[in-house]
Amino acid sequence: MKQQRLRIHFSKTDQMRFTGHLDLILTWERIFRRSGLPLAYSEGFSPRPLLSMAAPLPLGFTSIGEIGDFWLSEIVQLNTVQSNVKNALPPGLEIHSVHEIPDLFKGKLPSLIIAAKYSSKLIGDVRNLDKRIKELLDTPALIWERKGKSFDIRPLITDLVLAKQTQKSSAELFMTLSNLPGATGRPDDVIAVLNVADKVEQICRTEIILKDEVL
Amino acid sequence: MINKELQSKIQSILHAVQVPGRYTGGEFNQIVKSWNDVGLRIALLFPELYDLGMSNLGLMILYDIINQIPDYAAERAFLPWPDMEEAMRDNNIPLYSLETKNPLADFDILAISIPYESLYTNVLNALDLAGLPLYSSDRSIEHPLVIAGGHSVFNPEPISPFIDAFVIGEGEEVTLEILSIFKEDSPRKIPRDIALEKLIGIEGVYIPSLYKDHYHPSGNFSHLEKTNQSAPNIIKKRIVAKLPNPPVKPVVPYIDTVHNRAPLEIMRGCTRGCRFCQAGIITRPVRERTIEEIIHSIETLIPNTGYSEIGLLSLSSSDYTHIIQLVEEINNHFEGQNISISLPSLRIESVSVELMDALAGKRRSGFTLAPEAASERLRKIINKPISDEQLLDTSKEIYKHGWHTIKLYFMIGHPSETISDVHAIADLSRKVLAEGKQIIGNRAQVHVSVSTFVPKPHTPFQWVGVAPQNEIEKKIDLLQKEVRGRGLKLNWNDPKETHFESWLSRGDRRLSEVVHRAWKLGAKFDAWREFFNYDLWMDAFSQIGLDPEFYTTRDRDPDEAFPWDHINSGVNKSFLLQDYQWSQNEKTRMDCREDCYACGILPAYNDLRHQNPGPHWLCPEVNR
Repeated sequence: MKQQRLRIHFSKTDQMRFTGHLDLILTWERIFRRSGLPLAYSEGFSPRPLLSMAAPLPLGFTSIGEIGDFWLSEIVQLNTVQSNVKNALPPGLEIHSVHEIPDLFKGKLPSLIIAAKYSSKLIGDVRNLDKRIKELLDTPALIWERKGKSFDIRPLITDLVLAKQTQKSSAELFMTLSNLPGATGRPDDVIAVLNVADKVEQICRTEIILKDEVL
Repeated sequence: MINKELQSKIQSILHAVQVPGRYTGGEFNQIVKSWNDVGLRIALLFPELYDLGMSNLGLMILYDIINQIPDYAAERAFLPWPDMEEAMRDNNIPLYSLETKNPLADFDILAISIPYESLYTNVLNALDLAGLPLYSSDRSIEHPLVIAGGHSVFNPEPISPFIDAFVIGEGEEVTLEILSIFKEDSPRKIPRDIALEKLIGIEGVYIPSLYKDHYHPSGNFSHLEKTNQSAPNIIKKRIVAKLPNPPVKPVVPYIDTVHNRAPLEIMRGCTRGCRFCQAGIITRPVRERTIEEIIHSIETLIPNTGYSEIGLLSLSSSDYTHIIQLVEEINNHFEGQNISISLPSLRIESVSVELMDALAGKRRSGFTLAPEAASERLRKIINKPISDEQLLDTSKEIYKHGWHTIKLYFMIGHPSETISDVHAIADLSRKVLAEGKQIIGNRAQVHVSVSTFVPKPHTPFQWVGVAPQNEIEKKIDLLQKEVRGRGLKLNWNDPKETHFESWLSRGDRRLSEVVHRAWKLGAKFDAWREFFNYDLWMDAFSQIGLDPEFYTTRDRDPDEAFPWDHINSGVNKSFLLQDYQWSQNEKTRMDCREDCYACGILPAYNDLRHQNPGPHWLCPEVNR
């Protein structure tokens, strides 16, 4: 069934940011059906489309760095894939690149992720932000809680910097958060730890870093 | 062309509400026209949550046909869930359209689709959230013209003071006629009374403000008196002679909705004549699409939407003339494409099992059968004459073909029902389960759904009272005791919800005050169990000084005038009365395609039929 494996880098913005993970998968299935490309399906009683997303994006976040793998049941030229998919996209989804992964089976996307980068704009009294960032980075460990589960958030923060053009009432923050076994860094947690913003304008995932790409 | 100011206000509250994808618009196939460059702007409101409204075929059809005309823009609006409503009210955000985010109050026409009565308080809430006066008499040139249509408005009276004009019947043609009247002069440019007068004479349009209601000293409805002599005495429903092309480019939601699939109507109307069924009367005559048109539409829908499921809609799929051939053709065309086709409303016969078997693919959830009554006597009374043997044979086939669960739909509370008819529901369900156990052992399941009969306007049972609540409760108690055990599951309706539906169904114009008061007391989303509040409605009745029993449990005299008598479905009241009398003698009518019973449809639309000859219209030829 699986004849070709495609890796698509795409962004998910505007209204699409309110489409949850399962609905996004459904949306991709529909995109392929509209595009006329032969998406492969699983065997069995309820055939499922063979596609997988690198990492779920929390509802409300935008992203310019999403990655998905898609399997076709026939081999199709990449530029045909690119143009057919492009024509079938709903507003809010855009594709950046399509390339072929030679190994049809090995290397499941979610297992390849080592980190993800985020940007966000904070509104509020951000004069202390610099200091708060430094304090946080200097802390060896910081126990945080999400949904009743305690974990050390500090080792998940690989990088945390403030954009230069900081104003008094708003600031742009960049961060790189690691994927460690059993824990994934979430930017909204980091922002909550910093505890300076009245409001977070928009959190955007700018990149998902995969193992191979680092090597 | 987007209303940026409102859009940014909306965006600022979306992070705080559940399922924000309901409120953003911008979906695939959405049609956005330039607000300032079109002649008429029409807001299509479905007064329910997006998740339900997006599955409404009527809305899809109107969106499609209006937007096909370059000079008109149709935009969608739905009612927000209470969390979003609160956020909107707190931030002064009026009800807006999903396409351009313009307030509904800025449109030329507000068209509301009301398929069922439990939406009435939502209609008021929507008008209020749009910042519009609720009463038609308080609206003017400064407000959009408010038009309502849909099955429930075959009795428009309980909401008539809130609506400027109703469209009775099928909307495809009459909607465009109404719009063409306002093409040059929007209702926003001419005084409201003149705008309404322009609508007089369009067949199927009812303008309630041109009539005054009168009652007998007994409280019974007497008649409507015209206050404008040009207004018609009788409003005859509109039909289309031939079903227009179906919408093949519907908006594809970004989020999961109730029926997340492409709907395709294969047939309109039904010739079976089940006596409790309002749709079966008001959608007459039967008109079918050709197989070619259906196949071609599916072939277009799939690449246009990407849907993997197509729902073939009709009131009775088995009665589609070439149903076997249609299913074969579908299989020939779409096999191996991972497309699933659903075919609801199949008759209780083994052919239905074969049809489903051909379509269902490998996944088999539940197979639904609706005998409605469990004794052959009662099935004759409601004119759904099938035998127990037929039901059991069909059940056997279903289990043999790989289904584990049969869903059985029954109705209780008919005035002719005796306690032994209720016992029969339990007996028959157990017999069906026994068939299953013989074939697949303990995996066999029977899910029994019991609803309570609600007499509807324009049906042969419009004269009968709904069962009192204590009687319904007794019957449900009995069923709870008897329909139990391994493999059996029972669902039932709250008798209070049944009565709610009942008083709204056959209400008169006075009842509009109760609807208004109930809304003021906080009623909304009445169709949702978590919001429906019976006591609040009782308060509304007592504050207005009306008795709910007058509308619900009271039997009507054969010669009683009904508040909906001025609405003509094409089926004669005398035919309905005769059918009611036949029911009392357990006298059935067969499929009226084979034998015309002179219900009135043919003479009512004789000219239309002769202007549009062809095989699509399925009344038999009779002498004129």
